[in-house]
Amino acid sequence: MTSTEHEELVARTYREEYGRCVATLTRVLGDLSLAEDMVQEAFTAALTAWPDAVPPNPGAWIVVTARNRAIDRLRREAKREQKHAEALVVHAPTKWEEVGPVADDQLRLIFTCCHPALAPDARVALTLRTLGGLTTTEVARAFLMQESTIAQRIVRAKKKIATARIPYRIPADHDLPDRLGSVLAVIYLIFTQGYSPSVGAELVRTDLCVEAVRLARLLAELMPDEEEAVGLLALLLLTESRRPARTGPGGELVPLTEQDRNRWDHDLISEGQALVRWCLRRNRPGAYQVQAAIAAVHSDAATAGATDWRQILALYDQLQHLAPSPVVALNRAVALAEVAGPEQALAAVGDLDLDGYYLLHATRADLLTRLGRTAEAVQAWRRAGELTENDVERRFIASRLSALG
Amino acid sequence: MTQYLLSVWHDYDEPHYADEAEMQKAFAQVDAFNKRITEAGQWVFGGGLEAPSAATTVDNSKGKALVTDAPLAETREQIGGFWVIEAPDLDAALAIAQEASAACMGPVEVRPFQSE
Repeated sequence: MTSTEHEELVARTYREEYGRCVATLTRVLGDLSLAEDMVQEAFTAALTAWPDAVPPNPGAWIVVTARNRAIDRLRREAKREQKHAEALVVHAPTKWEEVGPVADDQLRLIFTCCHPALAPDARVALTLRTLGGLTTTEVARAFLMQESTIAQRIVRAKKKIATARIPYRIPADHDLPDRLGSVLAVIYLIFTQGYSPSVGAELVRTDLCVEAVRLARLLAELMPDEEEAVGLLALLLLTESRRPARTGPGGELVPLTEQDRNRWDHDLISEGQALVRWCLRRNRPGAYQVQAAIAAVHSDAATAGATDWRQILALYDQLQHLAPSPVVALNRAVALAEVAGPEQALAAVGDLDLDGYYLLHATRADLLTRLGRTAEAVQAWRRAGELTENDVERRFIASRLSALG
Repeated sequence: MTQYLLSVWHDYDEPHYADEAEMQKAFAQVDAFNKRITEAGQWVFGGGLEAPSAATTVDNSKGKALVTDAPLAETREQIGGFWVIEAPDLDAALAIAQEASAACMGPVEVRPFQSE
């Protein structure tokens, strides 16, 4: 193996195994920060150790190496840790093959990172750092924030986990609905931040979308009886399926109705639709499942014109009932325009409290254009343009404005 | 086991309770809560405090004692009472705090003691 191949192997293993290794080590050591430090060190050690012999199970090699280093460090650092270190020697697995119930470890770690005692923005950063294996620099870049801000946020969150004794475990059944909600929200936020970044030069941040889908898949596999976890995965898969068609050859934004549906990822669509059917059979609808169902109806239509807008409108009514919000009402208005005409939709959009939201003005602009009220449409597009900080969206708005003359 | 301070904060510019009956109800609820956590082995210490107007601040950190007839921080919200409890982790402490908050009819801050 050349040194480049070998570095690539370590890098790939890092991407694929980092989250698992940290999760397992956190269970063994009972300390998230120590687990992270030791896993980092073990990967550094792999750079020198693996050229001689690549281990059959690289993830397990990392876990064992990290555990041994933790024992050394605990022994060195303080007498009172002596017993802890001895306990690790006696009880922890020594075979490379034995990594323990890895899936549960990761699930425990997701719930720890998304504990309600941590601030929501800290939950997102910590989840990406510990489970996604993103570096602090990458997390900062993903959210277009200062690296020092993100670093502080992560350090503070880890410190609170340790000092307040936030437990490393899946919550009890009676706490699960609340806690699961927080986990789902974090994964959804990571995805939406990737799918439509609020600022910046790119329309899509692929790495964030991929990471969110991976986490959603993990959660759905680990909690196959939770309809909302399955619903979120379905929603992300169906949304992700459209990503290739969402930008044109020049990187420009292509709205849903104008997308080339041959460019949609049909494997993701089949998988997402199967999950939505499973949810329908369970008949315990939640907000993510209903949104997934809406995405499934879109994905069913061979052309934009063939879209079953009545069904979508009915689903938005259900969503508005389950999780009412002005944004849901706005999306419902888009469906209403197709079923009852732009006049009614415009009336429905009129009194929404979303003046600072660019999509409200973009939607109004579109409805006004359809009604032939060009002057007002131009104004609405201009207002939308003032509110977005995404370059691709700005160019899209400029093209709509020039079409209006 | 970790010890946690559960502190109750009052806005001293506003009345804590709507009326005398509600205050008596809160006291009775807190008595019942105290009894329950004592029996569960979670109680360490606790009690209600007199109003901040009864507070005196002493500062002898600069080598000269300064005594001030006031609480340290000039804020509307002041500590009104507290419990010290023992719990295995934050989730357990938060569950006790939920009960405490309902009993005393006010928000409760949960803060771990430093270990060792």
